[in-house]
Amino acid sequence: MKRLMNLRPSKATAFFLGVLPFLIIGVFYIVASDLRLAENPNDKLLPSLSSFAEAVDRMALTPSKRTGELLFVNDTSASLQRLGLGVLISAVLALLIGIPLGFIPFVRAGLSPFVAALSMVPPMAILPILFIVFGMGELAKVALIVIGVTPLLVRDLQQRVSEIPAEQLIKAQTLGGSSWTIVLRVVLPQIMPRLFDSVRITLGTAWIFLISAEAIAATEGLGYRIFLVRRYMAMDVILPYVAWITFLAFMIDYLLKKSTQKLFPWYSGAKEKE
Amino acid sequence: MSLITIKNLWKEYGDNVVLEKLTLNIEKGEFCTLVGPSGCGKTTFLKMLLGQERPTRGTFLLDGEIFPDEPSIERGIVFQRYSVFENLTVFGNVMLAMELKESKFLGRLFGAKKAQAKKDALEILEAVGLGSSVNKYPSELSGGMQQRLSIAQSLVNKPKILLLDEPFGALDPGIRADMHALILDLWKKHNLTVVMVTHDLHESFYLGSRLLVFDKVREDVHAPNRYGAKITYDIPIGDGETIMTKLHQTIEKGEK
Repeated sequence: MKRLMNLRPSKATAFFLGVLPFLIIGVFYIVASDLRLAENPNDKLLPSLSSFAEAVDRMALTPSKRTGELLFVNDTSASLQRLGLGVLISAVLALLIGIPLGFIPFVRAGLSPFVAALSMVPPMAILPILFIVFGMGELAKVALIVIGVTPLLVRDLQQRVSEIPAEQLIKAQTLGGSSWTIVLRVVLPQIMPRLFDSVRITLGTAWIFLISAEAIAATEGLGYRIFLVRRYMAMDVILPYVAWITFLAFMIDYLLKKSTQKLFPWYSGAKEKE
Repeated sequence: MSLITIKNLWKEYGDNVVLEKLTLNIEKGEFCTLVGPSGCGKTTFLKMLLGQERPTRGTFLLDGEIFPDEPSIERGIVFQRYSVFENLTVFGNVMLAMELKESKFLGRLFGAKKAQAKKDALEILEAVGLGSSVNKYPSELSGGMQQRLSIAQSLVNKPKILLLDEPFGALDPGIRADMHALILDLWKKHNLTVVMVTHDLHESFYLGSRLLVFDKVREDVHAPNRYGAKITYDIPIGDGETIMTKLHQTIEKGEK
């Protein structure tokens, strides 16, 4: 018998093992839900699958009586817009700040301690300030994402820029590049796929800030809906919403990964060698 | 006038003397190989030629003028690692060389200039044997091919000196022999001036037209950094058998 650490599952076994936890959770839920509902048909904590179907139908397929809109579609598009805008602004800011910070010693000397200190400020603690300054509108919510995510991206990009091998930067200088053209032709193109990578990692954080901001002040949005229906203990709405948010997060991550491969075909090969 | 003029050159880091009292001229068209034990300052010397380091004191002239104290277009370099840009294809790497040289704002060329650069790029790639891999990315190339590309990238801008920092150290022996043939061929055809650091003695004799040996002459066991390295042997290398006789003569002279 080989050591456990040397045993490798076949493809089919690996797939089965991967699906197994989902199946266990699913079965466990159905059994637990049935048990609770048998005891008390009005139990709200673990709704049956049929009440999920009803809730999805009510939220996603039937127009709201009050506004005539599909609440679920509204919520999703509002949240995705905030998230997309927040992350996009953060990414642009990260490039504008992170590259000079990693590349120009004078900028690093001047700004590095400041950025390090700034990134220690807990964004949720300044959320009230954002609401006071930007009002309760869209701006405050987007601003929270930007404030929460930008420092993480900046520090990561700064690190990545300073990891570009000195050999490459010297070579570029011997080819006649100036600081500016080297940023444009060497640093920026090499850093772009790494920006995509760090956006993927920080997306989880961005979701946290989005849902928190929506929970506190919003009139639509996925986070808003979850916190609204919490008052009625409407698990039949909350759980599908959570599943949907998880799915969205997964899809965004997947799309970013795919577009990194598509846009920067050299990147995976270069990474393997390191 | 010599291409490189060095007189009484010292390099120190604080109390640590790396090179002392170096005097040497390098003429246009020479192929100098630098050898010596590790820590003897040959890499520091190359870095000074490159502009990465400055001499502490002494005369250090390129074409009669003071060396620019940062890497510049007069000097081409091929490193052992990270010598090409991985985000660009083989063709893109060579184009980048000309684009960085010619275009000061966008770092890109357009129109007739681009067409000309394209022609030059393909020509040099053909010359280094990469004519059939122009659209590949560096990660798809072998180590030897990457070094070919790095050489092409430097040569296309026609530097006054080509500096080689152990460029073939990481290659297999067979491929290394191919690279030797290539660099000698390019050296003769383009009348290059080459300064190469290597730790392979065979390579240094085979390639160089002049061999410079760096070593410490004086040693103080209580203060190993008190004395720096000097050029202990400066051996002109001719063809074939004359090499060994000259070598013996020089060594004997050195021993006396």
